[in-house]
Amino acid sequence: MSTIPGLQRPAPVPNELTQPFWDACNERRLVLQNCTLCERLHYPPTPRCNLCGSSDSFEWKEAQGKGHIDVYMVIRDSRIRGFRSAQPINFAVITLDEDPGINFLSNLPGTPPGEVPVGAPVELIFEETSNGQLVHEWQVVN
Amino acid sequence: MVSDTGWMRNREGMGVWEHRGKVAIVGWGQSHMDRRWDGVALDRSCGGLTREACLKAVADAGLSLDDIDGLITSPETRAEQTWAPRPYFDPPYDTEDGLTKASAEWIQRELGLKNVKYFNSDAPYIGPMMGLAAQAVGDGLCETALVWYPMVNLEGRYGHNNPQNNNQEAPGATAFTLPWGYQNGAMFNNLVVFLQYCQKYGKSHDGLAPLCLNLRRNGLLTPWGYYALHEPYQLTTEDYLNGRVIEEPLVIYDCDRPVNTCAAFIFTTAERAKDLRQKPVYVLNHAQNNGRGRSTMATLDEHQEAVASLARKMWEGSGLGPADVDIFNPYDGYLTFTQQFLEGFQWHGVKWGEAHDFYAEDIRVEGPHPFLSSGGNNGTGRNRAVLFSDSIEQLRGTAGARQVTVRAETALAGCNTPDSCGFLMMSKHPD
Ligand SMILES: [Zn+2]
Repeated sequence: MSTIPGLQRPAPVPNELTQPFWDACNERRLVLQNCTLCERLHYPPTPRCNLCGSSDSFEWKEAQGKGHIDVYMVIRDSRIRGFRSAQPINFAVITLDEDPGINFLSNLPGTPPGEVPVGAPVELIFEETSNGQLVHEWQVVN
Repeated sequence: MVSDTGWMRNREGMGVWEHRGKVAIVGWGQSHMDRRWDGVALDRSCGGLTREACLKAVADAGLSLDDIDGLITSPETRAEQTWAPRPYFDPPYDTEDGLTKASAEWIQRELGLKNVKYFNSDAPYIGPMMGLAAQAVGDGLCETALVWYPMVNLEGRYGHNNPQNNNQEAPGATAFTLPWGYQNGAMFNNLVVFLQYCQKYGKSHDGLAPLCLNLRRNGLLTPWGYYALHEPYQLTTEDYLNGRVIEEPLVIYDCDRPVNTCAAFIFTTAERAKDLRQKPVYVLNHAQNNGRGRSTMATLDEHQEAVASLARKMWEGSGLGPADVDIFNPYDGYLTFTQQFLEGFQWHGVKWGEAHDFYAEDIRVEGPHPFLSSGGNNGTGRNRAVLFSDSIEQLRGTAGARQVTVRAETALAGCNTPDSCGFLMMSKHPD
């Protein structure tokens, strides 16, 4: 379960492209595709490098797990059932420190809704979804 | 779903549009508009409303049904076919055609069209579809195209019964968004970009209030629009600032209201347009964006580059520039992204970060900066076609109470969002 009261996250369904990513999450590691030709990170996983177009130059590279809060909103009227039971809930965009062009979504577990310190550093954690699959999450560094 | 994009003008460096000024819009028809279809009245079904709009457009052009040789429409009606309650009637029936959609084949049968040689029921939503129609006529796939865009709204809270939103699983690309509460559609990402915009330029959500109020005002001057028909009163700033919060800071008044309606247009060659009933509205160019951001959420930088590129494509293909555009009707389906178009096209000299200041000036139709003279979708209901029909009316000089007092010889209109859209440049003059 999530540490956010009432939240039931839909569980990611891995496919051929994303299986290594979700397997790594279950080992509490965040891995991103890195194009070894361009030295460019990609997230979410993609079949081809968005610079050189190559499909066979990717390696999975573990991210350092440090980021910053870019912007946030507060979900008050979600259409998603597992979130309606947790409203109001933060919805933030996190930029990755090692490449701010990569961004992630976060509900900022531990931060009360609406009390989000924009620009603050966050660190990687993992949370359970409806079937036990872990997903990457972020929490404010104290 | 749109397999063939070869007709698009979605790259820079394509030069002046080869059919510039050789295609014209000569007819427009707007059906009745309801909030929802009740599932009973056939004349208010998607088929019934489409029939009404198409017949009005043909009559408006002064054409006969036998003149129509092309039929173009889009399945992107937002009918949410997957979740709306079915069936409406006791079975058996075996098609939604004519009920919650209206295909080219259906309208051909319904209207008894005898001379159609070009059918396209798989056009994208109306922004790019208008470009597709202009290109089809220019390329000679047909001479006179009937083009319609229904928007369908049924019972139920919008999107709440979509199976995806009740699913415990997040398949495919949604695996990277749904577990954090991201909803598909234009709302979330464009709100993220809006927040980045406010942060960068020191603006706030309150800055959208004058735009919202003016759109409602223009909408009330549009007799067939949702608010003029069903809720004919003006909003106040207080209403807007205290609007029901959907995703803070987005409020209900930022969202265009889903409606059940249809609009139709007639495109033909400039040659054929000469002796028809209406003053032709010539097409000078069409342009599209269909990119996406690098990562999970597209960013302000990416959206600004997208609209800047769209503008460059439009100037290149039409031969016009920012100072040449008289009427400007970009999409306002969420008010949070409209400023990107205003600033990207630099309409009335508005630069990056200046839109909210511009909204606070005089943007009334009778004033010097009649932005979104259509009333947009915020002011007339989420039909999208109003962006084009107002442009046509303004150039014809038949916009009635909304007729602008500034020059109205060219018009630029389009939708939907900065990174995914199609725009059309129209003019009273072919050259
Ligand atoms: Zn590469």
